Amino acid sequence: MKIPSSTRRNFTAGLLGSTSFWMYGGHKVWADALQSEGALAYKPQYFNHEEWQFINAACARIFPADAHGPDGALLGAPEFIDRQMDTPYGHGQLWYMSGPFRAGAPNLGYQLPLPPRDLYRQAIAAANMYVRDHHQGQVFAQLAAPEQIAVLKAFEQGKMMLGDVPAHAFFEQLRQNTLEGVFSDPLYGGNKGLAGWTLLGFPGARADFMDWVNQKGAPYPFGPVSMSGETA
Amino acid sequence: MCAKKVDAIVIGAGWAGSILAKELTEAGLSVVMLERGDERATAVEGDYPSSIDELRGAIRHRLFQNLSQSTVTIRNTLDQEALPYRRLAAFLPGEGVGGAGLHWSGVHFRVAPDDLALRTNVVARYGKNFIPEGMNLQDYGVTYEELEPFFDKAEKVFGTSGEPYTINGKIAGNGNRFAPDRSDAFPLPAMGEVYSASLFRSAASNVGYHPYALPAANASAQYTNPYGVQMGPCNFCGYCSGYDCYMYSKASPNVNILPALRQDPKFTLITKAHVLKVNLDADKKKATGVSYLDLRTRQQVELDADLVIISAFQFHNVHLMLLSGIGQPYDPKQNTGTVGRNFVYQTITTSRAWLSPKQYTNLFVGAGGAGVAIDDFNSMNFDHGPLGFVGGSPVWVNQAGVKPIAAAIGGPGGKAPTWGEGYKDAMVDTYRHSLTIDAHGSNMAYRDVYLDLDPTYNNAYGQPLLRMTFNWKDNDIRMNQYVVGKIEPIIKAMGATKYSLGMLKDGEVFDTRRYQTTHLGGGAVMGTDPKTSCINRYLQSWDVSNVFVIGASAFPQGMGYNPTGMVAALAYWAAYHIRTTYLKNPGPMVQA
Repeated sequence: MKIPSSTRRNFTAGLLGSTSFWMYGGHKVWADALQSEGALAYKPQYFNHEEWQFINAACARIFPADAHGPDGALLGAPEFIDRQMDTPYGHGQLWYMSGPFRAGAPNLGYQLPLPPRDLYRQAIAAANMYVRDHHQGQVFAQLAAPEQIAVLKAFEQGKMMLGDVPAHAFFEQLRQNTLEGVFSDPLYGGNKGLAGWTLLGFPGARADFMDWVNQKGAPYPFGPVSMSGETA
Repeated sequence: MCAKKVDAIVIGAGWAGSILAKELTEAGLSVVMLERGDERATAVEGDYPSSIDELRGAIRHRLFQNLSQSTVTIRNTLDQEALPYRRLAAFLPGEGVGGAGLHWSGVHFRVAPDDLALRTNVVARYGKNFIPEGMNLQDYGVTYEELEPFFDKAEKVFGTSGEPYTINGKIAGNGNRFAPDRSDAFPLPAMGEVYSASLFRSAASNVGYHPYALPAANASAQYTNPYGVQMGPCNFCGYCSGYDCYMYSKASPNVNILPALRQDPKFTLITKAHVLKVNLDADKKKATGVSYLDLRTRQQVELDADLVIISAFQFHNVHLMLLSGIGQPYDPKQNTGTVGRNFVYQTITTSRAWLSPKQYTNLFVGAGGAGVAIDDFNSMNFDHGPLGFVGGSPVWVNQAGVKPIAAAIGGPGGKAPTWGEGYKDAMVDTYRHSLTIDAHGSNMAYRDVYLDLDPTYNNAYGQPLLRMTFNWKDNDIRMNQYVVGKIEPIIKAMGATKYSLGMLKDGEVFDTRRYQTTHLGGGAVMGTDPKTSCINRYLQSWDVSNVFVIGASAFPQGMGYNPTGMVAALAYWAAYHIRTTYLKNPGPMVQA
């Protein structure tokens, strides 16, 4: 399987060249991390080339780069999602998956026979088909960022179907998994450099605030630590 | 396997089951407790730091029921086709030893005494016509005075932290002035107050309400309970709800009862034992034992007993009664039968206030049971006459420790985007500088809201799933809207820079995709009339007298308070009467 490393390097280069990224003081850790080729070399185990490019682009749009720091793709959300596909969750083993499968009122919840890995496979293929039809044969990952955002908004708010999958259900799956990747322990492949936690001011696995119960509105002074002891 | 015989079978290893098993072994009975989930021990599931892994914990539901084996179906109205609850969202039942008592938060209330006789009180104060058509308003058939010793006992077992108002009629502290009188102090002093809670306390007081420290089954100090087991002091790590407390500070059956119970040779715990049904004799008047599936060997096992305690999660209790043929299933059209009748929930909505950029609320600091509340709009503490609804809500800041994945998926709130441009800015502001206030309200019972067996969907063992027919009703929506309106002046008194009020909307339909609460109730309710209740005031089946059904399934209405304190008190109450009355002369303790 070919790794779209050039695409990833382009994301990186774009960010490193952005003034706002460098001006944001807390992210030096990022400059270091991104220089390590190892951090970029993740080979997707589940997603194929086209899917992987789609996921990378979508993660970067859902959680965009800005003055606060890098985007969701650089934070490892795509790696997180790819690795989740081979867990009991990805295989739908945490969900009731017995039939009959019937469509119902949206408030009665998810009713598709697709576990997350099948949902992604079907919906990404259909999403790219939709994009090809509307953008002169280009796939989602080839679009400029504003066009990608417009497509994601159409999925989020529209009533269209992507294969058997309502586009809004696919979008919500993608949104949730991206944010899970950005904000879970780096053990799972995302939240690289603890940048997700640093953004929010969440101290990670410290989990002991005996002396900090009430600081009368002062910020908690310590940065995050991961379960493995990584700090930022 | 040939049938074995024990004195008592206890189904489910949560709070209710553990309390009954402890009490019955103390009474000298041989007890087998059957738990369909896995063994759980704080040394394993509470092992730091893997115990505080949010992805594995609250997000992938490590300690919750695995729906792949069994779930419920849900519909909103009688004419709808129910569909399976395929993914955990709106409510999160537990599974495994400790049950929901392992992953709960720890808010540990008693009861508002008026709630125990809500029908009588509403009729006395406002007349019979005040009760809306179709609302099944009922009394529990037991008084606060009768239950008080058992609330006291449960608090001592749980190591509950709190501040009293009155003890034996004398003012003893700055606690909840709407709370009923106590026979003794809380075993531990109230938990510390996070910044958000202290702001709420002063703001609520400034606008004329009566704030108090939430009673918490989170230990404010080291504690040894009457069973001799120890709790460590809570460090506000924020990993209560959804987690096994690594500090041994949050009360759970695993920490507070089972270490003592496991040493009793008369007690046997069997895990991976899925009870298929309670076996009855030919005329369905006596239980002979249970049939369970050993999930390790996939063998069906028959176990006989003189006494069967159904003490699983609320709706599992009702499911098991329906599968076993205990009592008559409720029929909403004919208005006959009682099993599944008065299925209730709670109305819980969250409002958010944003403070100045200089004020950090450090939302990750917290304890599941700690906070500051007001009861001015709970139960019958205010005049419902001009308002025209039954019920109420306590209101509180209960900063239980907000973790980043849940916060990020929930979004910044207000009108801010939930992804893309502007999302991160808003999320940072919300996570660092906001706080939330809940209206944690009651939900009444209605003729067309109930539980029965689904006609289409089965569990992994070929049995029909339980079907929920549930929707929000006008009475409860208006109650929620009224109480949320009372939050607004508190937020203003806090000096919030902006706020958003969360409330149920007119005509709102119950949405299974969004977490609301796991405080489900009713369906096997207690009472004084066998036509409208499944179990008598001692939680004994009216129909099968050697079956007792313990849990929030006994609540005739959904109360404003969190249910666990009431469940524990009812468990000790039932156990006391089994020990002092039933065992001496087995049979119905109340004549139908």
